Amino acid sequence: MNRDGRTGGSVVTLDRCRRGEQVRVVDIRGGWGIRQRLHQMGIHEGDPLIVRCSAALGGPRLIEIHGSDIALSRCMARHILVETAPE
Amino acid sequence: MSVDPDIGAGWERTRKRPFTLAFIGQPNCGKSTLFNEVAGYRSVSSNFPGATVSFTEGQVRILGRTIQLVDLPGIYSLTPMDPAGRETQRFLLDGSADVIVNVVDASVLSRSLELTLQLMELDIPVVLCLNMMDEAVRKGIRIDSSALSRLLGVPVVETVATRGKGIRALFGEALRVRKRGRAGRPPSQSRDVEGVIADLESDLRNRIPPSVPVSGRLMAVKLLEGDPDFEEILISRTGSLPASVIRNRKRLERSHGKPADAVVSSERHAIAMHTAESVSGMGKPSVGWRDRLDDALLHNAWGYLFLALILGGFFISVLRFGTWVEKPMTAGLEARMAAWFATGTPGSLGPALLRAALYGFGGGLTVVVPFLIPFLLGLAFLEDTGYLPRAAFLSDTFMHRVGLHGTAVIPFLLGYGCNVPAVMATRILGSPRDRFIASVVAVLVPCSARMTVIFGLAGATLGSLAALSVYGLNLAVVAGSGLLLSRLMPESTPGMLMEIPPFRRPRLKTLWSKTWIRLKDFVVVAWPLLILGSVLLGLMDHYGWTDTVNRMLRPLTALLDLPAGLGVVLVYGLLRKELTMLMLFQVLGTRHPAGVLSAVQILAFTVFVVFYLPCLGTIGAMIREIGARRTVWISLFCLAVSAGLAAGVRLISFVF
Repeated sequence: MNRDGRTGGSVVTLDRCRRGEQVRVVDIRGGWGIRQRLHQMGIHEGDPLIVRCSAALGGPRLIEIHGSDIALSRCMARHILVETAPE
Repeated sequence: MSVDPDIGAGWERTRKRPFTLAFIGQPNCGKSTLFNEVAGYRSVSSNFPGATVSFTEGQVRILGRTIQLVDLPGIYSLTPMDPAGRETQRFLLDGSADVIVNVVDASVLSRSLELTLQLMELDIPVVLCLNMMDEAVRKGIRIDSSALSRLLGVPVVETVATRGKGIRALFGEALRVRKRGRAGRPPSQSRDVEGVIADLESDLRNRIPPSVPVSGRLMAVKLLEGDPDFEEILISRTGSLPASVIRNRKRLERSHGKPADAVVSSERHAIAMHTAESVSGMGKPSVGWRDRLDDALLHNAWGYLFLALILGGFFISVLRFGTWVEKPMTAGLEARMAAWFATGTPGSLGPALLRAALYGFGGGLTVVVPFLIPFLLGLAFLEDTGYLPRAAFLSDTFMHRVGLHGTAVIPFLLGYGCNVPAVMATRILGSPRDRFIASVVAVLVPCSARMTVIFGLAGATLGSLAALSVYGLNLAVVAGSGLLLSRLMPESTPGMLMEIPPFRRPRLKTLWSKTWIRLKDFVVVAWPLLILGSVLLGLMDHYGWTDTVNRMLRPLTALLDLPAGLGVVLVYGLLRKELTMLMLFQVLGTRHPAGVLSAVQILAFTVFVVFYLPCLGTIGAMIREIGARRTVWISLFCLAVSAGLAAGVRLISFVF
């Protein structure tokens, strides 16, 4: 169990991931616009990514995916379901 | 021998237009840098995605050919999600380009290839330009460009645009590919998806307008993806969306268990990843100062301290430097003018006009050199290092409070330089509502002209505390307006999604060129206006017309408790904000208004001028970006805010 009560290898939304966590995208929830925007930035189902850091007070996260750094707001992050690595 | 101009024109029309080469690529891959390297510095390049929001053209002669170069806003896909990208899409679908140079950031090859695969479906020859090869090497990525060329069937050229490497080879390939025509087929998707695409393609045959350079396959793919612009092309031709489009979308959804657009884009993603992997090898990345710098600058506590230090330090040093240079300049200028005009009969027109012209010239000089040059250089430095998107990242939380997301910080920060590019930069925002609010905020940001007034007038006569309070008030108004508008226009925006580019070392040459391109606007437009305005003021004074204008504006000057003679000064602010300060000096006949006006009057004047109306240039940009109606609303809003605040300044001083 992690500190926040998650078991390793569970599926959560990206906004709940911590700095330094390595996760894999499981699903993108949202309408056509959200899907298009995320897909265009190279975020697709099955892709591994690293949470690099997050801004203060519920600000955006910085993720590293396919070699580029992408900032996404907490709102955006909630649309992305990820699988955390089992511990 | 001269040719009849009409015949000449007709002959020109029948001749083919020049060979047009378009730079297309994802945001921040170096299209503008490449363009500038060839065509001379013309397209402002920066280190943030979305620096180019409109297209820039230039004709060059390369390898004995005249080529029309076009630099376009970056797009991540042929289905752009913001108005800047839509401009690029429109250009491509117009058939205006003869050859596409697809500029690719070699350090993010797999994502970039997703766009390449779509561009290859257009009926336009493509050359792939692997740019930023130096950065790829630093990241430890080795790319076999000939293997990539074989796989895709298009020529691939490696370049480092910032150092001019590979550019001749690139144009050589572009000319060759033009002769050869469209070549290369993108690798195909998995069989069942290809089947659906082929079915739809055959159904659409003969329905695509011949003027649109889109292959049947691309049309089919984009319709399956639900791209509204491609739907529009088809609907304009056939009246409605064919039933087969919906039927084939359903087929994909049923067989893959997810929306058709996700199926198609995932397939493309897989092909791009596979292609990129098979041509690149990973070496050892060199972890350098860039990574360590980001750890500090994006830290969720230190990052904010650095943000305050960097922006605060920037503004304070410009102010310090400016006043340090400006004081002796002005003193010297005034002494010289006094000496020149000591003899000469008072009241004669000639010397009075000459004096006015010199005054305008001097006024411009004391603005440009001390304040504008260091300010623009500093801004260019912040832009080219890549700090702006990081500032956007950090301030996203606060921007949320005023109803926007962090990406809106970029127009906001550009607004410090000049509101015109700031209003144009709102094109990087997706929703019209965000663009409207961001425009209002951008228009209220204290631009360099207003900073000149704040520091040159309030700062110089009342001290830096007064200047900083006006400045603080300005930021409060910015925040307040954003808050008010977002309450009036509630809408849940999905928020920030922005690429943060790596830090880059700015090149001195680019910094100068960029500063000059922005300075030119002042030198060729504002400065002559200033001199002309000054002369006009002298003329009006001489013939006694000034009184008429002043009488018309008396209600306003009375509200601000200013001498009636300053009415005409406010009119000049419509042209350029800094003109108000310079014209104020001109009307008062001194550069030290403290002796003539009270502290409260100076403060009220400064506050009013800072807010009252956007200058004409900004109004023009706003009309283009958000329409005349909304521009009128924003202008009225500014006027109300300024009158209220200036009256407030009076009231407060009255109480204390």
